[in-house]
Amino acid sequence: MKAIGALIMLILLMAALASALGVVWTRHESRVLFVILTTLQNQRDELNIEYGKLELEQATYAEPRRIDDDARQKLGMVNPRPQDIRLLR
Amino acid sequence: MVTRKPSQPTSRQGRRHGAGPSASKRMVVVVTLLGLASLGLIARAFDLQVVGKQFYQRQGDARFLREMPIPVSRGTIFDRNGEPLAVSTPVMSIWANPSEVLDNEDRIPQLAQALGIDADELKGRLEQRSDREFLYLRRQMAPEAAQAVLDLGIPGVNGQREFRRFYPSGEVTSHVLGFTNIDDHGQEGLELAYDDWLSGKPGEKRVIRDRMGHIVEDVEQVHAPQPGRNLTLSIDRRVQFLAYSELKAAIDKSEADSGSMVVLDVKTGEVLAMVNLPTYNPNALTNTPPGNRRNRSMTDVFEPGSTIKPILMAAALSSGKFTPTSPLIDTTGGHWYYLGHDIHDTHNWGVLTPTGVITKSSNVGAAHIASDIDTGLMYDTYRAFGFGSSTNSGFPGEASGHLRPGSSWGLREKAILGYGYGLNVTVLQLASAYATIADDGVMHPPTFIKGGENEAKTLIEPRIAKELISMLETTTQPGGTAAPYAWIANYTVAGKTGTAHKATVGGYSKDNYGAAFAGFVPATNPRLVAAVVIDSPKKGSYYGGLVSGPVFAKVMDGALRLLDIPPDNIGRWYVGGPVQDQNGLIGSKPPEAPNIEEAPVDSGETP
Repeated sequence: MKAIGALIMLILLMAALASALGVVWTRHESRVLFVILTTLQNQRDELNIEYGKLELEQATYAEPRRIDDDARQKLGMVNPRPQDIRLLR
Repeated sequence: MVTRKPSQPTSRQGRRHGAGPSASKRMVVVVTLLGLASLGLIARAFDLQVVGKQFYQRQGDARFLREMPIPVSRGTIFDRNGEPLAVSTPVMSIWANPSEVLDNEDRIPQLAQALGIDADELKGRLEQRSDREFLYLRRQMAPEAAQAVLDLGIPGVNGQREFRRFYPSGEVTSHVLGFTNIDDHGQEGLELAYDDWLSGKPGEKRVIRDRMGHIVEDVEQVHAPQPGRNLTLSIDRRVQFLAYSELKAAIDKSEADSGSMVVLDVKTGEVLAMVNLPTYNPNALTNTPPGNRRNRSMTDVFEPGSTIKPILMAAALSSGKFTPTSPLIDTTGGHWYYLGHDIHDTHNWGVLTPTGVITKSSNVGAAHIASDIDTGLMYDTYRAFGFGSSTNSGFPGEASGHLRPGSSWGLREKAILGYGYGLNVTVLQLASAYATIADDGVMHPPTFIKGGENEAKTLIEPRIAKELISMLETTTQPGGTAAPYAWIANYTVAGKTGTAHKATVGGYSKDNYGAAFAGFVPATNPRLVAAVVIDSPKKGSYYGGLVSGPVFAKVMDGALRLLDIPPDNIGRWYVGGPVQDQNGLIGSKPPEAPNIEEAPVDSGETP
């Protein structure tokens, strides 16, 4: 009877110890993961920002006014007159 | 303590023994004192650890734990083809703790130089606010320049990431998009209307900071940042640009005060383009007159003049009293003195059919029709087409225009309302009304969002809408008010001109006009509708057909090509014109077709 009591006591003690260690371990793990998460988030933000910048750059270059000016002035292009257009069917 | 030497007299020890309290009593005192002291310590420890734990924990955390906002970027605004119209890019704002910077006074000139501001001014600002802990030194710097400032390592100088809005299309889209303030919140236009959708929610994280305020470690995320959502507009950047450049050219040529143009998709009510002049550059807001920031197509109203006649005709055809060909209306003389008011036309058009009233834009004819139909029907038709009520597009500051209730109309007022005076409308309302005719009498309320169709409603019978379309086609044929200025080669055009005296204080101005044109293409299967209004043209003609008609034709010609809308009138210059060739037009120039309003007057007087 006494031996069983001691055994249960021992098991409970071990369980308490294991749970305490588990808490420490998970907390550490969560810190590590949070740091990784933050790094990845920063990386994602940087990439998004880079993308936004490139998008802006592209939009600026593809501005209809710029295309229009370049086509007319640098390349000497004109709108065809209606009578210069042949419609094919 | 001095050790007792054995040489000391024993008598002394004996005396002490006899005089002092017994050893056990001393013991009791000492133990009691020590016991009380440790009890006090335990009580204090209990107080700190249990009673005051929360308070001290909080105070402790407050010394090094901070909750920091995680900035989020505002959503991008795209046009209907995915081209960005408004993009947020990160910038750095430099802030400082003034007293800390003043402690290192010798470095201020270096800091000022890196910031690009005057050293004395910077010092002045720092001293003025030395009792505070936060001062923006410069906001929204380019990230590289800001990094150079931070690399100086001056204590108390910090950087903060913010976002700045850039508009690649600048003044071309500024009225529709609006702009944001320095804190990235929408102030006008769609930036304001969709501020909640675009702005997102900044997140929050808990960090450990050292005494200098540097972040040592991120501890946990309090709540996740919610980035702003993107918005795809119905605007087509190419059509928008086309409308802008043609409108600008026309305004420069006629030295007009201002102008607006709206292009709508007939089938969905989507706004494809909306431009106004004068305009402003949203990327550099300083020094723009506030008047230039108004989106005139929606916030300003004008009297529609003759452009209202198709709506009057919709009421007339619905009444059953009129058909496109009967009854004949006598406008002989070009004047009708009605209840003391001289209603007049530019020319003496003689006897006209209802179609002829539209073709020649006869005010006398329109007044006759208006006085013949039921007031209730006329008022209800005007209202149904959207005049006098907001289009509910959700655009901030949209005007609803003004139309007095039909029950208050006098006979004279009713006749005048027939040719577009006595009410005022916005350019968007006019475009939307024409889109309704174009889509067989089905009104699609305008929307700025791609695919954001509002509930459509049928206003007039498809048969009546078809009759109206054929009436509107006649204005671009030789002898109509829009020929030849609104011609688009290989396409049929239906539309209506309008030239209205501008209302000024105490009456109508003799020589200030609003020149309008509204119409749709291709007339056989309408896809695009546009309304152009040019305010107070000063040089050359002031007629709607001549000033606004060419803008309409050039923009539509380009838009039809850009949107791949097949031609429906191959080989012809205008509706019902002679076929020149199966594969297109030939000849070096369009046929002669003098504009009838510009033609010499044979009788009557010009307004």
